[in-house]
Amino acid sequence: MPVNYLYYLRADKLPHMWCPGCGIGIVVKSMIGAIDDLKWDKDDIAVVSGIGCTSRAPGYMDMNTLHTTHGRALTFATGVKLARPDKHVIVISGDGDATAIGGNHFIHACRRNIDITLIIVNNNIYGMTGGQFSPTTPYGAKAATTPHGNIDPAFDLGQLAIGAGASYVARGSVDNGRMMQRFIRDGMAHRGFSVIEMLSNCHTQFGRRNKMSDPIAMVEWIAGQVVPKSKAAKMSAEELKGKIITGELHRNEERPEYTDEYAKLTQRVQAKMKAHAGAHA
Amino acid sequence: MASDIAEKTDIVFWQGNEIVAEAAIAAGCRFYAGYPITPSSEIAAVMAERLPEIGGVFVQMEDEIASMGAIIGASLSGMKTMTATSGPGFSLKLENIGYACMAEVPCVIVNVMRGGPSTGLPTALAQADVMQARWGTHGDHPTIALAPAYHREIYLSTIKCFNLAEKYRVPVILLLDEVLAHMSEGLRIPDPSEYEIWDRVKPSVPPEKYFPFDSAFGDVPPMANYFEGYRFHVTGLNHTKTGFPTTNPEICQQEEERMIRKVMKDVELLTDCEEYRLEDADIALFSFGTSARGARVAVDDARKLGIKAGLLRAITLWPFPDHKIHALAQQVKAFIVPEVNLGQMILEVERAAHKDMPIVGVNRVGGVPIAPYEILDKIKEISEYAR
Repeated sequence: MPVNYLYYLRADKLPHMWCPGCGIGIVVKSMIGAIDDLKWDKDDIAVVSGIGCTSRAPGYMDMNTLHTTHGRALTFATGVKLARPDKHVIVISGDGDATAIGGNHFIHACRRNIDITLIIVNNNIYGMTGGQFSPTTPYGAKAATTPHGNIDPAFDLGQLAIGAGASYVARGSVDNGRMMQRFIRDGMAHRGFSVIEMLSNCHTQFGRRNKMSDPIAMVEWIAGQVVPKSKAAKMSAEELKGKIITGELHRNEERPEYTDEYAKLTQRVQAKMKAHAGAHA
Repeated sequence: MASDIAEKTDIVFWQGNEIVAEAAIAAGCRFYAGYPITPSSEIAAVMAERLPEIGGVFVQMEDEIASMGAIIGASLSGMKTMTATSGPGFSLKLENIGYACMAEVPCVIVNVMRGGPSTGLPTALAQADVMQARWGTHGDHPTIALAPAYHREIYLSTIKCFNLAEKYRVPVILLLDEVLAHMSEGLRIPDPSEYEIWDRVKPSVPPEKYFPFDSAFGDVPPMANYFEGYRFHVTGLNHTKTGFPTTNPEICQQEEERMIRKVMKDVELLTDCEEYRLEDADIALFSFGTSARGARVAVDDARKLGIKAGLLRAITLWPFPDHKIHALAQQVKAFIVPEVNLGQMILEVERAAHKDMPIVGVNRVGGVPIAPYEILDKIKEISEYAR
């Protein structure tokens, strides 16, 4: 059955504020498709964001939505999830928001392995503030604050998430919406901290300065770089140079989830109290 | 364990930090997020032990900013929440305290004041974050901050912080200082009949008619919890009654004025002060927290010398008791303001007195309390001058 997207959107808040051709819309569509796949109730979902273009997404979604401060979405989301571990918490964030100002919260949410799904729309730039370079801007690229070319090395967000302890990590790209939806769905269904990086296009701020001011040119640039994990396995290091591997990069179903661990701790403490009270009765 | 002693004697011997934690639980706090910092650490330690016992949540976050974010998220999900910190940590929390002001989310922040600026004197007393508590986060916002001075009062003030947070939908700040936090005093734990517990007003309308910032229900709009069918939006941007962003100047002005008004219209109700020997006073002391304990002794000593001194002790520091200072200014010849900083609340006394009269400070920094004799010396000096 086709997805009734409007059912999940706040139609009265449309049209959205993103530039024509922006990849964030495709990510939101995939997200809604994933929620529909899982048959989650809108009342049971909180969507949390920080600051930036991507962080405006929750405002359009007819759920419990929280647009927080720059970089801090995961901290608010952790509070929401710990207060209501029975509910679904999704964070949607940009590359600057999630991995620069929010970098500390990012690695610690991975480490705790709390059951939150983090979707990072990685468009390699700070879009809303006018195109400054981010921790994922490629070497040599032009940005508002790298007029002479970027010398900052970029993060590999997938490896960062895996290293910090996230138990589901996947990478998709806006040229393949179907794949994005599958990764988001699998990440949401996974019990633990899930990171889904979505390579996206900001032709307005990134493309314009790097000879790709047309959204199609930018999406083609992304499509030209990505290599599915299965294909990459058969490629040499030389062939993989400058390529970005997409796919399910990591999955660990054994790693204890944080709210489960807290529930166990609570049970243990209360059982001990009960035994203590019984012994003194 | 402390509670075992309580069962036997009804009297506990707790330090201020332990009192804050136990009183928070009595107030209904079931969510605590924090980050280790001296001299507030014992609050987190007690919460870590106690909250799992009663089905609450304790989490130690990766930093101060994160713990402030977590208590806001948990509050939106319907819990009464608290974090505790000291100077440098309070500086870091200010960003999200502003968020709680803007999004009107109830929560309690304890700041056990220590010497500063910067790392300052981590293990020693100060009262130098009082203006930061009022104005630290950017933008216009109301502030409610309580500054108790005695252990029973710490217990009751902590409960009051939660009540006021719920009643006004604001972050409420509890200001302790290192001496109150670490000094142990005998305390009979107040019986629940001795205080009230207030909860946030929930919407009386169905979800389709609900707006999270609807002033049709008063200056403090009813607050729904997440996951209860209301599916509302919360943002730190200026917003309309719907919770969605706006840049409309008129709406921004109206909403910001409402946020201030919801607290300030109750200023006389909120400003809790103790008036000590002020009836016939010629010299009024204004003080709070640890300094007020010394000031009270100095008042008695001055009276023995025939000097008519009295003390106005603010238990609610913000909003400031303007009306009480203004009334006193018509009665007394001078104000003396002892505080462990280089002159902060004295600026408020000068403003509220609004009169050409001697208003002098007794100030100390360096981590030690102001001794009563230092205050007495100032009283004697002023009584000569203001005769």
